[in-house]
Amino acid sequence: MPNDEQPHLNVNGKRLTIQKSWFGESLLFTLRERLGLYGSKNACEQGECGSCSIMLDETLVCACLVLTGSATGRDIKTIESLAPEGSLSTIQQAFIDTGAIQCGFCTPGLLITIKDFLDENTDPTELEIREAISGNLCRCTGYGRIVEAVRIASKTHDESQGAS
Amino acid sequence: MIMEVLIASSTEEICELLEQDSSRQLLAGGTDFMVEVNYRHRSPSSVITIDQVPELQNWHHDGDSVVVGSCVTYREIERGPLATLVPALAQAARTVGSPQIRNAGTIGGNIGTASPAGDMIPVLSALGAVISLRSSEGKREVSLEDLIVGVKQTSLRRGEFIESVRVPVLDSPQEFLKVGSRSAMVISVTSLAFITYPKTRSVGIGLGAVNPIPTRAKEAEVFIADFLDWETMQVDPSGIDHFKDLVSAASSPIDDHRSVAAYRRKSIGILAQRALTRVFTEGVL
Repeated sequence: MPNDEQPHLNVNGKRLTIQKSWFGESLLFTLRERLGLYGSKNACEQGECGSCSIMLDETLVCACLVLTGSATGRDIKTIESLAPEGSLSTIQQAFIDTGAIQCGFCTPGLLITIKDFLDENTDPTELEIREAISGNLCRCTGYGRIVEAVRIASKTHDESQGAS
Repeated sequence: MIMEVLIASSTEEICELLEQDSSRQLLAGGTDFMVEVNYRHRSPSSVITIDQVPELQNWHHDGDSVVVGSCVTYREIERGPLATLVPALAQAARTVGSPQIRNAGTIGGNIGTASPAGDMIPVLSALGAVISLRSSEGKREVSLEDLIVGVKQTSLRRGEFIESVRVPVLDSPQEFLKVGSRSAMVISVTSLAFITYPKTRSVGIGLGAVNPIPTRAKEAEVFIADFLDWETMQVDPSGIDHFKDLVSAASSPIDDHRSVAAYRRKSIGILAQRALTRVFTEGVL
């Protein structure tokens, strides 16, 4: 990137101007505290909890482990892009139907993770589901209802929807 | 303080950027480095991100070996052709972190971080991996043992970076086993790689998280050879107890927040036995 160009991030299809002074921050910090995208949650800041899961160039990663300066020019999709404003994706609906949400803190990270998983695996086994969400900690549900939600969503999931 | 972030697009560019200033921090997948940034343990003034360099993201066959670029991710290693070519490496990659971590973390990052608990380390050690290093001065190849010289310490010279890793394609049984508090998202308490070399009728045993530097259980490797039948793939059970002891003796573990030395010493022996008897069935020769 030439030095004179104003740096920017491509987030959910929008080109957002950023400051060079943010380069040394985590992408999670920039998304939340600079750009006001609070859907990605901040908990552990060490890749342990998955609450900040996002898609970076169509790859599921923890935003807390991405250096903002390394994400310029790359395609970033956050939970905010999962469904159009005012509507729900099939995964979100399945979460509601099964009661897979309690406090809701882990939910955005799980939704992004499951969307990525179901895009590749349309008929998952329970073990595959559990492995797919192994990087997303939920301290409320005990995961049973989340696994059930994924199973239900896998029947109705449409790849063309939302993020990535 | 403002951090300068330079996104390298070729290996030549990495060489140039390091030649200008060798104190620049190299950044691959970021799964270790960013934790230190987030916890304010580190804030380098200049960072070169290398994980978008195509030459480093790829792997290829070279005779009886595969050459794996340093920025190939665990995700790439755990599935697809590499999983068939180097199964123990794939098994190890699959135990790293979570899908999110495996999508980002790289084999070169694991080596460069030089943590005793790095899951690639015992496998690469048992495979006799050769690491290609690059700088503006040229290239050189070193063994893993020559590269990792202490806990989180490498013998990388100024301006040098890890370009690729060469491992043999063996087409014979390999195992990787790991002890941790759960089966996902866990840093090894102990780990072990077990590689068979049918041509030389020998085995390679790499120990993980029990020594400051990459370590093979050489005495155990030599000892057990006399108890193996390579035609029937059987092991004489009378050799197993001493084999286990020799593997444990090759470890010099510590007590830390993840475990204690005594448990590590014991469990590394058990992992060795388990790997051995997965590959060779027990039977009197």
